[in-house]
Amino acid sequence: MEKEEIQLILDTARSFREILDRPIKRVPTLQGKTVVNLFYEPSTRTRISFELAEKRMSADIINFTPSTSSVKKGESLIDTVKNIEAMKIDMVVVRHSSPGAAHLLARVMDANILNAGDGGHEHPTQALLDMMTIREKFGRLDGLAIGLIGDISHSRVAMSNIFGLKAMGARVILCGPPTLIPREIERLGVEVSHHIDEVIPRADVLNILRLQLERQKSGLFPSLREYHNYFGITRERLEQASKPVLIMHPGPMNRGLEISSQVADSEHSVILEQVTNGIALRMAVLYLLAGGKSEIR
Amino acid sequence: MAEKIKATVLTGDDMSRIITRLAHEILEKNRGSDNLVLVGLRTRGAYLATRISGKIEQIEGKSIPTGFLDATLYRDDFRTRLKQPAVEVTNIPFAIDEKNIVLVDDVLYTGRTVRASLDALMDFGRPARIYLAVLVDRGHRELPIKADFVGKNIPTSIGEEIRVKMAEIDDGDAVELVETPAANE
Repeated sequence: MEKEEIQLILDTARSFREILDRPIKRVPTLQGKTVVNLFYEPSTRTRISFELAEKRMSADIINFTPSTSSVKKGESLIDTVKNIEAMKIDMVVVRHSSPGAAHLLARVMDANILNAGDGGHEHPTQALLDMMTIREKFGRLDGLAIGLIGDISHSRVAMSNIFGLKAMGARVILCGPPTLIPREIERLGVEVSHHIDEVIPRADVLNILRLQLERQKSGLFPSLREYHNYFGITRERLEQASKPVLIMHPGPMNRGLEISSQVADSEHSVILEQVTNGIALRMAVLYLLAGGKSEIR
Repeated sequence: MAEKIKATVLTGDDMSRIITRLAHEILEKNRGSDNLVLVGLRTRGAYLATRISGKIEQIEGKSIPTGFLDATLYRDDFRTRLKQPAVEVTNIPFAIDEKNIVLVDDVLYTGRTVRASLDALMDFGRPARIYLAVLVDRGHRELPIKADFVGKNIPTSIGEEIRVKMAEIDDGDAVELVETPAANE
């Protein structure tokens, strides 16, 4: 995405944020539009967030769960969505374990497709809501140093954040064990470090990623305890820095592993604000996609 | 694509006199500033509301709550547009239940924006009543809507546009009658 597109989405989301505090948390904008939530992978936050965003915009919603559908009988992804599209729907929110799934659907369908995470590839709305939250706190993204900590290799959140933050002029510092950071990733214009205590003083924000144990092969690091000792974000670590650092986490958290409970619940943590902003951000994206053909992808 | 400014219908001085008059008219109709709140429609209606509110404070010696509303999400032309209009922040930091609201906009035209705003306001509560104040009424209503307070009636043709300039975001105060390029085709 281009800088202008991101800017437009973030500005729109800021306007939508206020709707969530109204007595009647609903606007009629997407009345008569039908949105299908197609989640092939488990999700709590993103699915509820999208669903709430759709409801706040008055869209009609269909939730699709592969485990109770014809996917069990062997129907392919494309056939499934083509059939759903034939039922005259307007938008599909898709999460799938295969990288590029959303892009594939966007090519074969007329309906607007929103990527809610495709394997280890990208998770654009998460990165956008992260950027929205940072911008809310600092008033800008340009020139800030953002540390992405932990499991970069398996993180679609990291990829989307790297693309987005670079486009907005922020510095991105990746930090984690060498086995969890892809080689050659410096080519994307990011800095890489393997020492968390060296990164914390340089960073304005730490976005702490979840250790994706379900996607990992064994042997990437010796033990969970060792990971926590070397890369876990704890109060003691943060207190060494001269200034407070904003703490973010896309969830779900492994408390006591990549982040300590003290840090997660501290006054510098905006983890729950990220969740609230996520609804406003997704409302904004739905809004921008809803009318005619938009250039936002 | 060049548009032509046909006439400057109101100067900055005219506008300032009109705002003073509107403030007095609103106070007269409401019999003072009790229970009165102003809601300005983004973008220029909001600046207008702020100015009227300031004038009322000067006259009555007390400030009245003033909020801002963006009714874009309630519009009826939403689905037919190709590009989505930008949405600005709505900020009504007070309860509107049982209040006398004056809705403020710069130009009254088809009445559709006002319709959308009424729907939006109803989602915030149940006001005692809603008045409508506009700087310019240019005619061509498509809905049965009428303003309670009008700065100036300016008859126009469809191919013309009323451009309100306000110093807060434009280069000074003025109201211009503009011929739009589409009208020449």
